[in-house]
Amino acid sequence: MTARSIAMTIDQVAVRFGGLVAISDMSFEVGEGEIVSLIGPNGAGKTTAFNVMTGFLTPSAGRVTYRNTALAGLKPHEIADLGLIRTFQRTSVFPNDTVYENLLIGLHRQGRVRLLDAILGLPGARASERKLRQRASELLEWVGLERRAHDAAGSLSYGEQRLVGVALALAAEPSMLLLDEPVSGMNASETHRFVELIRSIRDRGITILLVEHDMPMVMTVSDRIVVLNYGRIIAEGTPDVIRNNPVVIEAYLGHGAGRA
Amino acid sequence: MKAIVTILAVAALASVPLWLRDPYLLNALITTGIFVIGAMSLNLLLGFTGQLSLGHIAFFGIGAYVSALTSLGFDIGLLGGFRLVHTPWPPIVGFVLAILIAGLCGYFVGLLSFRVRGAYFVIVTISFAEVVRLVALNWVELTQGPLALTNIPSVALPLPGFGELTLRTKFHNYYLVLVVALIAYLLIARLVHSHFGRSMRGLMENETLAVSVGIDVTRTLTIAAVISAAIAGAAGSLYAHYIRIIDPEVFAFINTVTMVIMVISGGKGSLAGPVVGGLIFGLLPVALRPVMAPEAQWIAYGGVLIAILFVLPRGIVPSLAQRLTRRRSGTTALAPVALSETGAKEPA
Repeated sequence: MTARSIAMTIDQVAVRFGGLVAISDMSFEVGEGEIVSLIGPNGAGKTTAFNVMTGFLTPSAGRVTYRNTALAGLKPHEIADLGLIRTFQRTSVFPNDTVYENLLIGLHRQGRVRLLDAILGLPGARASERKLRQRASELLEWVGLERRAHDAAGSLSYGEQRLVGVALALAAEPSMLLLDEPVSGMNASETHRFVELIRSIRDRGITILLVEHDMPMVMTVSDRIVVLNYGRIIAEGTPDVIRNNPVVIEAYLGHGAGRA
Repeated sequence: MKAIVTILAVAALASVPLWLRDPYLLNALITTGIFVIGAMSLNLLLGFTGQLSLGHIAFFGIGAYVSALTSLGFDIGLLGGFRLVHTPWPPIVGFVLAILIAGLCGYFVGLLSFRVRGAYFVIVTISFAEVVRLVALNWVELTQGPLALTNIPSVALPLPGFGELTLRTKFHNYYLVLVVALIAYLLIARLVHSHFGRSMRGLMENETLAVSVGIDVTRTLTIAAVISAAIAGAAGSLYAHYIRIIDPEVFAFINTVTMVIMVISGGKGSLAGPVVGGLIFGLLPVALRPVMAPEAQWIAYGGVLIAILFVLPRGIVPSLAQRLTRRRSGTTALAPVALSETGAKEPA
């Protein structure tokens, strides 16, 4: 954490739904190029934290800063324009479109051409379209979904849909990627491949914040782990530190720590 | 294959006035064609963004009135004793103004209602159409109210070197409507297949996800509304200069319903859907008239609609296209419509 510049700062963020405190006083930082995991039992406030960071939810207090830009008041699509892209826990695809078309939709940020150019079919618009198709094919190859390119995304297995979701997020050219339980619904070998994918994403300089329940996976892939319980941070550190932290073991890991 | 069908269909439509001499049938085809343009514009919103405009006739009617008033001129009193006098301009200018002003109205309606969407959009559009109808009915000095605007001139095309061609006959107007319909069709096709079209589809399928990859909801939907309203305005202008008399009844709710029926029966979200549905439900009353009493005609009309939706629930064009591909590939194609149920929104 020392020499790295900071990508995202979460500063004393709190979220309350009426009397329910989903997050209280959460502060941590994510460095550029880091893989940080946010873990905690169900209902600890992980997804809520994601929603705050991506503008889907306005925090009751505190602020989130990404690369020196305060995110307060920005709409989700404006935050996406900053390069901060997320995936979703559940519906992660455009179900009626093919996987390939899904990626073309995901490439929205790169495909902005003047509407009139597109309608008139001007060379600039057509060149842009060719570039998008090229890029979509590359992305398919990267996440390993070439064989599924022309199947409706909604007809894919759950694990494959998660991959489409990640590919969609990558299509949006993130500088930081927020992954919400990406391996839930994947089998062991799919999970293993996914860890490789996360590493290759990071190797391209993309910062990653991960919410995940699969402890062995989190322990393998993370540089640093932040543990939430009942909306507050109870521990923070490298996987080894977290594995041996008695507070964390008590609150969350239980027997899982031994396996990891 | 698809290109051949399209060319054949256009050629067939273009040949009609050459062999059809019956002015009554030709008239039915022209008015149907005008409504098909309206239905295509409605389909852009309903079929490709999922937003139901139940006041779509407002844009059509605004186009009709703008075009009529531009070419008729008016002299009205404003607040403070000022008078606004407009001397008549050529109908072709009215046509352009109809498109621009209807598009502008689409912009404001879109801007107002797309922040909330869904049922709110439906209600805002219904109210908008009703307000515009009441204005047309009561601003007698401008619109003649229920007395109607009459003697609207026919469209005259300037032909360099030959003077002007006034499109007075049904023969002329048929081709005018056909050309405008083709342009509208091509415009919508280009739009839908462009990057912008993909944004619209993304929003319709999974809005939360679309937003997360950087698609601006309000902007996308507003642009779609503007283009949709502008095309409806063009159709309204054609209507005014063809029928040559318009009254506030043009804003009647039943006209919107007719367009919705054309879109839904033909297949929303398919380019050819509103054309097929429009031709069927535009010409059905004409076909029924000689064989049935007026009351029975409407019952038969409803019966045909129910039958189509029962047999081909997704609309004629998408359902037939699906059957065709299924037969060709020999497998059961997955019905995408069943999957849209899983497109439930992510809780924010």
